Amino acid sequence: MITIANTQVWVHDQDEALAFYTQKLGMEVRSDVTVPELGNFRWLTVGLAAQPDISIVLMAIPGPPVMDKETAAQVRQLMGKGFAGTLFLTTEDCQASYEELKGRGVEFTEAPEQRPYGIDAGFRDPSGNSFRLTQVTELSSG
Amino acid sequence: MQFVPPARHLLNARDLADARYFAPIRVADMARAARLSPAHFSREFRRTFGESPHRYLLTRRLERAAALLRTTDRSVADICCMVGLTSVGSFTTSFRRMFDRTPTEYRAAHPPASDLALVPACVVRAYARPEHRTFREDSREGALVR
Repeated sequence: MITIANTQVWVHDQDEALAFYTQKLGMEVRSDVTVPELGNFRWLTVGLAAQPDISIVLMAIPGPPVMDKETAAQVRQLMGKGFAGTLFLTTEDCQASYEELKGRGVEFTEAPEQRPYGIDAGFRDPSGNSFRLTQVTELSSG
Repeated sequence: MQFVPPARHLLNARDLADARYFAPIRVADMARAARLSPAHFSREFRRTFGESPHRYLLTRRLERAAALLRTTDRSVADICCMVGLTSVGSFTTSFRRMFDRTPTEYRAAHPPASDLALVPACVVRAYARPEHRTFREDSREGALVR
């Protein structure tokens, strides 16, 4: 059986990302390891308590020789423009989660909105990665 | 603290348009969100996203108006106000220019989106935002861009 273990997002500052994902989104730190032999590469992962087997890797954009300067600049630019990808979260109560996260300082780009599939809202992390927060409506089969 | 890409500040401005389209915000408010002077902001926004902030804000409002036309029975005047525009005449003109139909014709031509597909709201917003169009104003467009 194949399962999803980690999914990775680029971040422009790992400390800032760590503070956002833990203090504002309420995630827990899964690993935070800096490896001197790898040029102080920092393996930093966070996750939701409800899903101990799925983590998000908060990956710093590397420099040469891992990634050439031009490519790193392109990744940084794409991320800053908000086109680096989306994480889709679900919740049992979108309005309540929206209020909770907003209370912790998360800036939403879309307030909860009724959609045919449920209620959802949108926000970004400090790097520009977008998030959906969706309360899925059970669809009747048939 | 690592270097924050300048585009991230411009994205704040675009997010402001997406989040507050219903309020009377202007390009100057978007510039403030990006922490840039209005002239510098418009130039950098256009360079980064390929269109002017004024155009982005207007097409976001028209996209939201189109969604309200499809999914509610609110009047055209109500919808104009609900997307942050004040003149129903200008709204109708801009709407017809982008969508080839007046708001009333557009509503009549579209079954509710919910009948068609269950696509995420962010996809609707991204893909239903109209391409900017002008007519008889092409030669003046450069002067109109803010």
